[in-house]
Amino acid sequence: MIEKSRLQIPRPTARPGDEPDFSYLDLSAAGAVDKPAIGARTRDIEYLSSGLVRVLDDDHSAKGPWDPNLDPEQLQIALRWMMLNRVFDERMWQIQRQGRISFYMQALGEEAISIAQGMALRAGDMCFPSYRNQGLYMYRGMKLVDMMCQCLSNTRDMCKGRQLPIMYHSKEGNVFSISGNLATQVPHAVGWAMASAIKGEDDIAATWLGDGSTAEADFHQALTFSAVYQAPVILNVVNNQWAISTFQGTAGGQRRPFAARGLGLGIPGLRVDGNDFLAVYSATLWAADRARRGGGPTLIELVTYRGGAHSTSDDPSKYRPKDEWDKFPLGDPVERLKQHLIAEKNWSDAKHEALEAELREEVTSAWKEAQQYGTMTEGPWLDPATMFDDVYAEVPTHLVSQRRRLLEILDEE
Amino acid sequence: MAQMNMIEAIRSAHDVMMERDPSVVVLGEDVGYFGGVFRCTDGLQRKFGEHRVIDAPIAEGGIVAAAIGMGVNGLRPVAEIQFADYIYPGFDQIVSELARIRYRSCGEFYSPVTIRTPCGGGIRGGQTHSQSPEGIFTHISGIKTVMPSNPYDAKGLLIAAIESDDPVVFFEPKRIYNGPFDGDPEKPGVSWASHPKGEVPDGYYTVPLGTAEIVSPGDELTIITYGTLVHVAIAAAQATGVDAEVIDVRTMAPLDVKTLADSVNKTGRCMVAHEATRFGGYGAELAATIQKECFYNLEAPIGRVAGWDTPYPHAFEWQYFPGLKRMSAGIRRVMEAE
Repeated sequence: MIEKSRLQIPRPTARPGDEPDFSYLDLSAAGAVDKPAIGARTRDIEYLSSGLVRVLDDDHSAKGPWDPNLDPEQLQIALRWMMLNRVFDERMWQIQRQGRISFYMQALGEEAISIAQGMALRAGDMCFPSYRNQGLYMYRGMKLVDMMCQCLSNTRDMCKGRQLPIMYHSKEGNVFSISGNLATQVPHAVGWAMASAIKGEDDIAATWLGDGSTAEADFHQALTFSAVYQAPVILNVVNNQWAISTFQGTAGGQRRPFAARGLGLGIPGLRVDGNDFLAVYSATLWAADRARRGGGPTLIELVTYRGGAHSTSDDPSKYRPKDEWDKFPLGDPVERLKQHLIAEKNWSDAKHEALEAELREEVTSAWKEAQQYGTMTEGPWLDPATMFDDVYAEVPTHLVSQRRRLLEILDEE
Repeated sequence: MAQMNMIEAIRSAHDVMMERDPSVVVLGEDVGYFGGVFRCTDGLQRKFGEHRVIDAPIAEGGIVAAAIGMGVNGLRPVAEIQFADYIYPGFDQIVSELARIRYRSCGEFYSPVTIRTPCGGGIRGGQTHSQSPEGIFTHISGIKTVMPSNPYDAKGLLIAAIESDDPVVFFEPKRIYNGPFDGDPEKPGVSWASHPKGEVPDGYYTVPLGTAEIVSPGDELTIITYGTLVHVAIAAAQATGVDAEVIDVRTMAPLDVKTLADSVNKTGRCMVAHEATRFGGYGAELAATIQKECFYNLEAPIGRVAGWDTPYPHAFEWQYFPGLKRMSAGIRRVMEAE
């Protein structure tokens, strides 16, 4: 205790020029955290919110009760999706740097989350993603060329040029439209899950938000509604340590883990190694089964690290050590799954390199195709008159006249 | 005097006021260590410390509400909302609380909060980084609404806002942070260095709230506007060869009716322009006010140029933005009407 009330300012352990310091991160050994029964009472499993569910050990073996025992083929598929996510992001980042799209956000270091959770959920389960979940869209069937066309706002753009790059949507894949405003999707997921329960269906909802976004009121409202109605929903907090320039302590992560946010409402919280594909998959499956069997919501904190900048608009070397990711104790999710497969003799460096080359080729050919539908500087162009569509179900008269006026102006040019 | 862009002028206003008044504190997302995503608070935390320049959690409702509480307890908070598009989680606190504390407590309590927020399009920000919601705020009794169009005014108005005992929502048109913009995206960017309003005093001065400015005198038409469109209006008047008087409203609420009415009573024609959507927009208030004050001197219906009544589409930014062509067409319509 201190003698006097003083405003306490949360400070990250390292800023530029400092030695990275992750001593604040409580780690559990792989396999050390017990796995309770699906129907366990929240009060009996509070330990899950402070421990760290891990399966992949430093020696690359899978350990403990949370090992989902996936067969090697499934793990190879998972690795492929994670690598595709990374290769795609890397390429789109370069493309933005060349000025060929206006904006981009990569999921570097967080790929296990979208892929493992996408794989653990059923196709009918509805996803309410944040802006770093592009892997979910990929896994749920969105073609690379369609994602690129969205980023280009071209004639094949699913958003018809209305949204910033990366703000995809997929009705077909059951992945909701991304908002630029934070945490708004979390209570939507709860409402969707409530509707599923009202209708007596088995589908559940899952949603993702960042550690920083948990400060928004929408997150807390979502917790309350999900707890009150025991909505079949998984609330995922992706704790990647940084919200642009502020570290997770600024969102209140210093004293209790984000996984513990729901305990006061009786929502079980799982703190999971977000860079461990097996742990993420297994924890998600546990929460999904629990929700599907009437056990209500689960909050999962995925401990990871934002490997790159927040977006193409910021320079992280201004606010955190350049080598911080290298020192992150939970490593790189792609590398860890790769090493696990190699250790189990189900993969090799040669195969990995070949796959990477193949994925690069896939991305390159998608980019070639995407540009045929228009770029920022060359047509074909979307019809600007479409900007008046979908404001309402039917275009009202004042928008009909504004559309006519726009076309007159464009005709004059 | 120094050459400043709008970002530097806003930073300087903070600096001056934090030096003068120890009760001035700054809070917002990324405003402290990082200095703000647009750099408007760069260096302030280093100079004034972490207790006066506070990195806030990502909770706009919390930022506004905490600022209100600080204001009630004697501080003079300047809260940054990172984009105007993010202000809505704070809307209840602004409308139901900030705007009414003085009224409901009969003046016993008040909270002199200034909320700064970058607004407007023209930076390829899409629908969640381009909005101009000022009209929503002018509709609320109890708060003042401000939008500067140049560095000199930005600093003077921000100092006046911080000193105001009434709450102020201070909109910063981010398209002109680094230089004036005449509405033609094909032209190379211009810096504030060549603009007279890029000359900004280093120290303290104010531009009083509630005063409009005639930025370009003329006799044939009055164009009433604010923010980025001030520069578009001047360019459009030149392009059309109309001797227009361009007025920068600067403070939307309270409105300097006299400067506007005197001008329109002189010119006999009026056009109002803003980037925000048209329907129910602030232009309607301007037009109604001018109609009442100047009806017998008006020679033509009041023209109105505004953004379309849609969200701000990413790909059609320049078809959406009321730029040089739409402004010029609007001028011609008002001039040709009888």
